[in-house]
Amino acid sequence: MNKPIRRVSVFCMVLIFALLLRTNWVQGVVADSYAENPNNRRTVYDQYSYPRGNIIAGGQPITRSDFTNGYLYKYKRGYTDGAMYAPVTGFTSQSAFGSNGLENLENGVLAGTDDRLFFRNSLDALTGKQRKGGDVVTTINPKVQKAAFDALSGKKGAAVALDPRTGAILALVSTPSYDPNTIAGTSGADGDAWKALNADQNQPMLDRALRQTYPPGSTFKLVTAATAFETGKYQNPDDQTDTPDQYILPGTSTQLHNDSDDEDCGQATLKHALTISCNTVYGKLGADLGKEKLQAQAEKFGFNSTVDIPIRSAKSVYPTDSTPDGTAMDAIGQHNTAATPLQMAMVAAAIADNGKLMQPYLVDEERSAGGTTLSKHAEKQLGQAVSPATAQKLQQMMVDVVQNGTGRNARIDGVEVGGKTGTAQHGTDNKGLPFAWFVSYAKVGADTPVAVAVVVEDGSAQRGEISGGGLAAPVAKLIMQAAIGR
Amino acid sequence: MSGAQLSSRLGRTVGPVWAGATSRRGAELGLLAFAVLLPLLAYANVGLAIDHALPAGLPLYALGTAALALTAHLTVRRFAPYADPLLLPLATLLNGLGLVMVWRLDRAGPALRGNSPAAGHQLVWSALGVGLFLAVVVLLKDHRRLQRYTYTSMALALVLLAAPAFFPARASDFGARIWLHLGGFSIQPGEFAKIILAVFFAGFLMVKRDALALASHRVLGLYLPRGRDLGPILVVWGLSMLILVFETDLGSSLLFFGLFVVMLYVATERTSWIVVGLLLAVGGATVVGAAEPHVRVRIQAWLDPLAAFAARSATTPGPPVGSEQIGQALFAFGSGGITGAGLGQGRSWLIGFAAKSDFILGSFGEELGLTGLMALFLLYGLLVQRGLRTALAARDAFGKLLATGLASALALQVFVVAGGVTGLIPLTGMTMPFLAQGGSSVVANWALVAILLKISDSARRPGPEPTRAVGT
Repeated sequence: MNKPIRRVSVFCMVLIFALLLRTNWVQGVVADSYAENPNNRRTVYDQYSYPRGNIIAGGQPITRSDFTNGYLYKYKRGYTDGAMYAPVTGFTSQSAFGSNGLENLENGVLAGTDDRLFFRNSLDALTGKQRKGGDVVTTINPKVQKAAFDALSGKKGAAVALDPRTGAILALVSTPSYDPNTIAGTSGADGDAWKALNADQNQPMLDRALRQTYPPGSTFKLVTAATAFETGKYQNPDDQTDTPDQYILPGTSTQLHNDSDDEDCGQATLKHALTISCNTVYGKLGADLGKEKLQAQAEKFGFNSTVDIPIRSAKSVYPTDSTPDGTAMDAIGQHNTAATPLQMAMVAAAIADNGKLMQPYLVDEERSAGGTTLSKHAEKQLGQAVSPATAQKLQQMMVDVVQNGTGRNARIDGVEVGGKTGTAQHGTDNKGLPFAWFVSYAKVGADTPVAVAVVVEDGSAQRGEISGGGLAAPVAKLIMQAAIGR
Repeated sequence: MSGAQLSSRLGRTVGPVWAGATSRRGAELGLLAFAVLLPLLAYANVGLAIDHALPAGLPLYALGTAALALTAHLTVRRFAPYADPLLLPLATLLNGLGLVMVWRLDRAGPALRGNSPAAGHQLVWSALGVGLFLAVVVLLKDHRRLQRYTYTSMALALVLLAAPAFFPARASDFGARIWLHLGGFSIQPGEFAKIILAVFFAGFLMVKRDALALASHRVLGLYLPRGRDLGPILVVWGLSMLILVFETDLGSSLLFFGLFVVMLYVATERTSWIVVGLLLAVGGATVVGAAEPHVRVRIQAWLDPLAAFAARSATTPGPPVGSEQIGQALFAFGSGGITGAGLGQGRSWLIGFAAKSDFILGSFGEELGLTGLMALFLLYGLLVQRGLRTALAARDAFGKLLATGLASALALQVFVVAGGVTGLIPLTGMTMPFLAQGGSSVVANWALVAILLKISDSARRPGPEPTRAVGT
């Protein structure tokens, strides 16, 4: 009987060997695919088993990692002034709600799983030091952020403030906002908050500053004016335009109106037309220039492409398929033209910085938990939107808007402020309440430290009370004052 | 008193050099010390990892297990002095590691669904198991006596196997009806039936082996047995299929049937039995697999272990459902990787489903990693091979058959459980010998080791047949 017993013994060894092979396959070869499977909750628990790094604004962390000693989650994310900073931080949720904003895009650094942290993590594992995620330093100036948030609170809208010289984003605000603290945990209240936020008609989780496009209205006249100078159609702000008192859109019998029909827009100069925001002058100018030239200039400012700050902005649109009457409307920021607040801030910033368009950025630096710099933002010029000469002409015109025109509400004593208002029609047959826009910059001496775009949606129940100068300009003024310290 | 017993007693008292060399009791004691120490370190490790302090029960547990092991060792030294020195330490080590893991899963507390402290019970059961081990070692003077109970064993095994079918199924049984619930107390008769059936098969085959081996006709190059000799295998095949159908217990069916085919093959030395057995098994499994929904679900879960996750919406967090179990175990294995998370540092409760029985292997894989799991499999491999070595060395046909049966039953059970949990084969639902929580399993497996130990004692005992003893 020994021969079959030996064979049985070989058979048993084969069984054990098959198990060894199988475990080698599961735990050695394909282990990562199981470990990183999104359904494997260990990945989420792991992330909260040690402190997450912080997002920093103005040298202070605006996030926390609270030790909760929960059985499943040792640490919980906390947000300081959560609603104010929500467009910057985004949220990260221990429930299955996921994450967004910087919490999502910088997760590798914040969670400490980034490959650049591998060496430090290995060292910490060897020395038994507690693991901690790295920090993300933003360009946000808390004072500017707060001014913008306070000025917009109670309204639906957004504001972006840029440093035109570098592209650094000083403020990024969207209202109504939400508090990421309410959806960071796993409790029933978090689930309820998540449902409520998603069901809210005001869309508090929508980042209006980056992800929502609006018709830019009259603020787009800056782009049209820039095209006029750049193409050589006009040389100076004081050049008289060839505009009739009553302008009929080309190829139609529709008359284009100004805000009020007694405005002196007929044969107005470019500067005067911008100051009082003549639709007829800039509509005709756009139709005369043609859609190709306008499109080329708009794209130099960044239209028709997305920007990663690193949060990706929605694409601002300058339409490429308009008929001449449509182009006339596009040129005054109506019809199919659409822009994010970030895009209009970029237009103002490029004009303010003599035509140079800088890459806007939100993340200045990534750091390891120990404070070592992992990456530092290098300023990058996206392009030359307009020549310095054109930029200076546009600046003159914008200053006149604030000094003598529709933007008077943005005046700051002793500071050169240039701006442009916009009151954008929207909705079917323009029945929706208009959007109030204001884009501006402030100059201190020879320096331009801030450019701002503000949009206020549905700012008042009364249609007649809505205007960029009335609603948006005061907000922009407060933001600029915070930025320059006046 | 037999000659062998006399010489052994003389061997110990007078102490001829060769007798001491073959008894290897010193080696056993050394290995046993290791087998006690290692789980103690693991226990301390879990305490440090979870509570940052040594477990309060450590000194008592250390004393208790050391005392149990020492008693076992002394009993073996006295009543089975020539026994294989590896069997007792291997069983002790596996049992100890299982206890640590059950305790560790207790500590998962409310995170493990339906968790209730089980380590205490498991410790009591282990002690009872060692008690039964001692009883067998002391009371079973000669393993050949078991042969007398051949047909009694058959009857008992049938009763044990059939019994669960007459008890109402409970939700907590996870589909398979393999438990007997007596008051607040439940046993899994299949674990004991495994041993009793091996005794029956060994007794039956020893008598029938010649008829089965020699009276045959040749068909297509195979020696096929006569119809009336084929009877028993068909009966056992039929029974295992019945178990499968009525108790939806694929694992036990596979185990009993495999056990019988292996023992038949060893008894008759005819390969044709293997072929017949395989054909019957495949045929039966195919039919049942197609007809029985419980079995079919498990085959589907084996073919696509992650399908259950795809079916569930990712945005609705909720408790895992039953069919996710293999996927969850694979996640545990994957997260464990090569070196594991460390004892007490895994998240074994995510396996959710019966984490303390079949899927305890998932917890081992997660916390000890590939390294630890391979070591575990090798421990089982070693235990099985020592059993088969005992079979080779045994001097009587009954002993050979019984040892082969018991050792291969262990191998089959480990393969079926571990293969199921790691996704190598469809999940069938048996317990991992010694590791898993469960009284019946621990007690039965200690008895199994005791019988193997007794057979090895008689096989290695220097006796009147010195030529047969060489090479053991």
